[in-house]
Amino acid sequence: MGKRVGLEVTVAVAEAVALCRIDMAGVYPITPQSHIAEHLSTLVADGKLDAEFVTVESEHSAMSAVIGASGAGARSYTATSSQGLMLMHELLPIASAMRLPITMAIANRAVSGPLNILNDHSDIMPQRDAGWIVVFAENGQEAIDLSIQAFKIAEHKDVMLPVSVNIDGFQLTHMVEPVEMPTQEEVDQFLPPFVPHATLHPARPVTMGAFAMSDYFTEIMKAKDEAVKNSKKVILDVWDEWAKIFDRSYKPVETYQADDADFLILTMGSMGETAQLAIDELRVKGVKAGLVKLRLWRPFPFAEIKAAVKNAKKLIVTDRAVSFGGPGGPVFSEIKSALYAETRRPAIYNYIYGLGGRDVTVHDFVGMFEKIIADTGNVAADTYEFWGVRE
Amino acid sequence: MNIVENFDLYAPRLINKKELLSSGHRACSGCAEVLAVRLMCKALGENTVIASATGCMEIVSSMFPTTAWEVPWIHVAFENAAAVASGVEAGLKALRRKGKIDDRYVKVVGMAGDGGTMDIGFQALSGAMERGHDMIFVCFDNEAYMNTGIQRSSGTPMGASTTTAPAGKASSGQKTWKKNMPEIMVAHNVPYVATACPSYPLDFIRKIEKAKSIKGPSYIHCFSVCPTGWRSPSHTAVSMGRLAVETGVFPLFEVENGHYRISPDMPKQLKPINDYFKPQGRFRHLTADEIESIQEKVTSEYKKLTEKARFLKTGNE
Repeated sequence: MGKRVGLEVTVAVAEAVALCRIDMAGVYPITPQSHIAEHLSTLVADGKLDAEFVTVESEHSAMSAVIGASGAGARSYTATSSQGLMLMHELLPIASAMRLPITMAIANRAVSGPLNILNDHSDIMPQRDAGWIVVFAENGQEAIDLSIQAFKIAEHKDVMLPVSVNIDGFQLTHMVEPVEMPTQEEVDQFLPPFVPHATLHPARPVTMGAFAMSDYFTEIMKAKDEAVKNSKKVILDVWDEWAKIFDRSYKPVETYQADDADFLILTMGSMGETAQLAIDELRVKGVKAGLVKLRLWRPFPFAEIKAAVKNAKKLIVTDRAVSFGGPGGPVFSEIKSALYAETRRPAIYNYIYGLGGRDVTVHDFVGMFEKIIADTGNVAADTYEFWGVRE
Repeated sequence: MNIVENFDLYAPRLINKKELLSSGHRACSGCAEVLAVRLMCKALGENTVIASATGCMEIVSSMFPTTAWEVPWIHVAFENAAAVASGVEAGLKALRRKGKIDDRYVKVVGMAGDGGTMDIGFQALSGAMERGHDMIFVCFDNEAYMNTGIQRSSGTPMGASTTTAPAGKASSGQKTWKKNMPEIMVAHNVPYVATACPSYPLDFIRKIEKAKSIKGPSYIHCFSVCPTGWRSPSHTAVSMGRLAVETGVFPLFEVENGHYRISPDMPKQLKPINDYFKPQGRFRHLTADEIESIQEKVTSEYKKLTEKARFLKTGNE
């Protein structure tokens, strides 16, 4: 059993990554990720982590260096936020196409402009189609656990894909939380050393990153799509194994009071805990409200989502990013499309909220429920609404 | 005299016979750049990993499912060859230290064209050199974006006509002087900087071997004649490189720990640049006055270089 400690979440994540015995990290400073980089470099400087910490000159070079190191066969790690992730964007689909098991923490932060350093999901959403496995942490413990699991998932021979662990900036990254830090023995038992299939070494020369024209490109895209879809089985297996060792269970979709709920709300990331308090409050008032938390964003868990919402009358999908002039927030679009062919499906409402660090309270969630319950329209709403906007 | 002649016969026999860039690649006929890459591989030997930028050398050598590379090779994107190389170096270093791979020394090499080095790849290269990775970076400079169709770069020489800085009634082509990349690398205080040209294969190979022997970052700027982009006959690629050197347009020199040394291949008396300009379509529009003003710059730049070599000599000369 690990030790229960109080740690800032970024520090806890860096400690967890060090327990994974990484060989290389390439990280560029950006708020609110920087504490991860700082703590990792401290662990290296103190001789507690035997890894090369490369102080790159940009996030573009961070991802480039991590791709190079991973290609060489090193267990490689990076972390970023917001503009840094946008700068890496070009390289994310290359990393997945090259089937490199890189893992990355994203301290989610609003994307400029205007410049804003606080939390929302506008940085990760444009990376949706990069071919990465994408998970969201709800609290500090999940941030630790997912960070360790990420290596095992990424490096599995049936997966070989990069993984991003999304941790809400400030609202989660900078909280000091009581967490159970796994021991080195436990992590060693869970996570075997990385054995790459092919590496950049003269012992067996390989060409990585060859270019392909129309005669092969479609097949390579299809292969990547299959790889991302098939990764779900490994993700579920890894989570089962985790539950056995650490007694903490992980599912692609978590629910709270959802089985008999007429009205559901769906969240991603750290908002889940606040929404949970709203559900408790509504249940006391006799409202049959429930919560659906989406942890696995890619591969998208269609079956789990369908099962979680099928009995509800109305569903609120919350989004922390905007698809300007589009059909609604990105999560809303996915959920709607997932439910399109279902004969039984709830009416769906979309609230875009918590942008650029805008505070969201229990009362906001209660207010959302009150608003949709009062709505007499019988069909799924086709529009989205900015929650709490001053107009 | 006999010694020199014998040397010419003997020296090529010292070159590694093994081809690490195989034939069958798709480079244009008369490409001096692919010749330089081939010579570089011979000089580097098998214990090498290459990180290449997007560009001519990448597309001609790696069309899936084929490859011309007999050494480990990675291509990621256009602007990041130096960053990828630095990651490979860091990864191999950690794995070797931890005993996870063979305990043998492997040299990591980044390579890019003039655009991938001097323009879009400039930041990544500066960062990698400043961080002091044990790597060589080689710029294969053919003086424009040839892979995308002869667009100007900061490596394009004054007066050259390109597809984005064309000569016309109101323009004489490139309006700026070529960026002095070797000097920028010298300013990074890296242990070794050299210019080279495959028209001087022994000098080129010696410089690659020298860079290979140095622990830490080194930079080689390789002049790579591009008959397609320069509109010069493909059979003159090697002689054109010689003319660039003999006119002082591209002087061969090396800088070791801040000490300058001009290559013995440099002639005592430079030829007029017109000898080099005349056979190239890209300079054909230039007037005698324009050529004269470029000549003045070439002469004064070469003088500056010889002064540096005189005052910042290597210790053993």
